Amino acid sequence: MDLITPDFGLFFWMMVSFTLVFFILKKFAWKPIVHALKERERNIEEGIKMAEKAREDMSTMKEQSEKIISEARLEMESIIKKGHETKQQMIEEAKEKAKTESSKLIDSAREKIEEEKITALEDIKNQISVISIDIAEKILREQLADENVQKNLMEKHLKEFKVN
Amino acid sequence: MKHFLKIFLLAALFTAAGTADCYGGPSQADGNKKGFDPGSFIFDHIADSYCWHIFSMGDKHYSVPLPVILYSRENGLSIFMSSRFDHGYSSYNGYKIENNGPNEGKIVKVNDNGETLTGEPLPLDFSITKNVLALFFSVIVIFLIFITLGKSYKKSPLSVPKGLQSFFEPIIVFVIDDIAKPAIGEEKHRRFLPYLLTLFFFIWINNMLGLIPIFPMGANVTGNISVTMGLALTSLIAVNFSGNKKYWQHLYNPPGIPAFLKFPLPLMQVIEIVGVFTKPFVLMIRLFANITAGHIITMGFFCLIFIFGERGAVFGYSISVISVLFGIFITFLEFLVALIQAYVFTLLTSLFIGSAVSDEH
Repeated sequence: MDLITPDFGLFFWMMVSFTLVFFILKKFAWKPIVHALKERERNIEEGIKMAEKAREDMSTMKEQSEKIISEARLEMESIIKKGHETKQQMIEEAKEKAKTESSKLIDSAREKIEEEKITALEDIKNQISVISIDIAEKILREQLADENVQKNLMEKHLKEFKVN
Repeated sequence: MKHFLKIFLLAALFTAAGTADCYGGPSQADGNKKGFDPGSFIFDHIADSYCWHIFSMGDKHYSVPLPVILYSRENGLSIFMSSRFDHGYSSYNGYKIENNGPNEGKIVKVNDNGETLTGEPLPLDFSITKNVLALFFSVIVIFLIFITLGKSYKKSPLSVPKGLQSFFEPIIVFVIDDIAKPAIGEEKHRRFLPYLLTLFFFIWINNMLGLIPIFPMGANVTGNISVTMGLALTSLIAVNFSGNKKYWQHLYNPPGIPAFLKFPLPLMQVIEIVGVFTKPFVLMIRLFANITAGHIITMGFFCLIFIFGERGAVFGYSISVISVLFGIFITFLEFLVALIQAYVFTLLTSLFIGSAVSDEH
């Protein structure tokens, strides 16, 4: 068999083999392999994109959270301030109220005391008059029991009477 | 190393009794013992054969007979084992293996006395020769490898490649990303991937199996002109059937060339059309020559042992050390060549396809 003359039989079997290999591998090997490689490539690309996106999301989220925190802080401060104000106001109001209340109480007490005083004075006056009459009676009775005293007294009164 | 020792031992067995093949025939056996003939020894290895010679002991040849399939108008289809030819000593069923003349080594028709019928056309020969068997074996190997691969990719396309995948995936990706994509273009290469991948691995695996001298491997498949012709033909078909309008226009009316070169004498057209065929022709010759050369060199180093061995045993043994070392070196080189030739063939084919499908000229 010559080295450089193509041989029909071998050529024929070669073409049969190659065609067979081509069509079978095309269906059972290259299709799934190329598909898988492309799929993997796509998957990796997507993964990278997703990571990028996640990173972006994270940074925006961080920003947002910071914003929220600062807003919350501001709100807190305003709330505290407001609370402080309300407290102050309430204290003021309470003070005011207490003042008016106490002055009212004092006034009514004073009125009552005045009334009491008046009644007490009336009472004392009555008592005094009764007691003084009693005392006077007793004194008179004692003094008048002695003749000299009666006489002196008479004289004295008479002297007074004379003056008048 | 262990493998190489085995391989070389087997290779040594091949060489045990000099030339001995399936169609050596009476002319060689009858002659005087001529001594070791490296030329025919190497040639017998390189060439195709009707049986697979394993080794010889003295005058006994041990070989695997292969089926011979012949068709001729007179005799019709005849199928028989090549052992019927008795290593070229006898004719069978009106056929014999010619042992001299222009048809040496081919199966010719004979008359009842066993003489060659001259002037008769040769029968159509579909025999499963040594190379065809080796080709079939490598086809089986290719199927086993790549159908398994395809299955595992189908099963889990997104998982990390492992086992067979981790070996072949970089090569597949190399063919796709470094051969097909740059040569044909990002958007058009996809259509040609099955062909280019098949081409690459077909050539590569055949080259590699050709370097392992254990039956049924070690035949010079990709170093046979018929096989490379087949491959070149597929390349020719792939390029011309994918050619777009621009490609054909370029062929029949090459732009940017002075009109007097195109008319009245269609010089450029002739050159262009010849070019269509020279491209695959060069591919055919390149692969054939490279692989055959590798086999010749490797065999040459082994022949040295026997050439020197005829001078004396000491010579033979001492040169065998050097021969084996060089043989190992050349085999490693051939592993590289096997890959490079597959690469070059695929790359050039994709470049031709690329220029045939490209939109700008």
